Amino acid sequence: MSLRTPLARALHHGTARDGVGHWWLQRVTATALAPLCIWLLLALLSLPSAGYASVTAWIAAGLHPVLLALTVLIGAWHAWLGVQVVIEDYVHGFGVKTLALVSSTLLHGLVAAAGVYAVLRIALAGGA
Amino acid sequence: MAERPLSPHLTVYRWAYTMTLSVLHRVTGVALAASLLGLVVWLVGASLGADAYAALLPLVISLPAKLLLSLAVTALIYHFCNGLRHLAWDLGWGYERADARRSAALVVALTVIGAALCIYLMFRPGAA
Repeated sequence: MSLRTPLARALHHGTARDGVGHWWLQRVTATALAPLCIWLLLALLSLPSAGYASVTAWIAAGLHPVLLALTVLIGAWHAWLGVQVVIEDYVHGFGVKTLALVSSTLLHGLVAAAGVYAVLRIALAGGA
Repeated sequence: MAERPLSPHLTVYRWAYTMTLSVLHRVTGVALAASLLGLVVWLVGASLGADAYAALLPLVISLPAKLLLSLAVTALIYHFCNGLRHLAWDLGWGYERADARRSAALVVALTVIGAALCIYLMFRPGAA
């Protein structure tokens, strides 16, 4: 017989650990992404050319590096949360599921870091 | 682990077309995670200099690439519109069955119009 209370046994297991944290962050990142996506879509559609000079000049111009870095960062965050739920729902078996979740986490981290680095590199080089 | 039914119960309910939208939200979400990887590859290519970008450019503006890009843009517009629908639900709006069906039709209509417009802009003569 254990002297631990039912509450002590339940704490730090399952949903009790972070409650609606995952759900809430999914919504917060979605809200942040909505205006960023509109901006990115309209900006890409109105690029005068897909050539090197035109693209790097656009990336480096004004606030574009900040907005682009935010889009990549929050996009990767939102995608990480979403892909996690999809894996949890459809990938069965503890080993495969864990492998998929860890791979997804590392890949999303890589995408976020590479994207922000690329934007900064272009912006700090002055768009050339 | 006990053999018990696990969510999501896709095979249990009579199919309603609002369920198709729900599945599509996940499918487009995963597709957009892949698209974000594409966006970052493009940014990294541009950050590596004119030669690297020139080598990458066929992957961006060739016909198959543009068709893939059209799919990504369509997925983005759908996930954006249906995401706003989800956020409205989270605020407690539009939960009635008739409302959910009306908003579903609205999402599909906006996606078709928005995607058609974007794809026209991408393929119009003189487009980048």
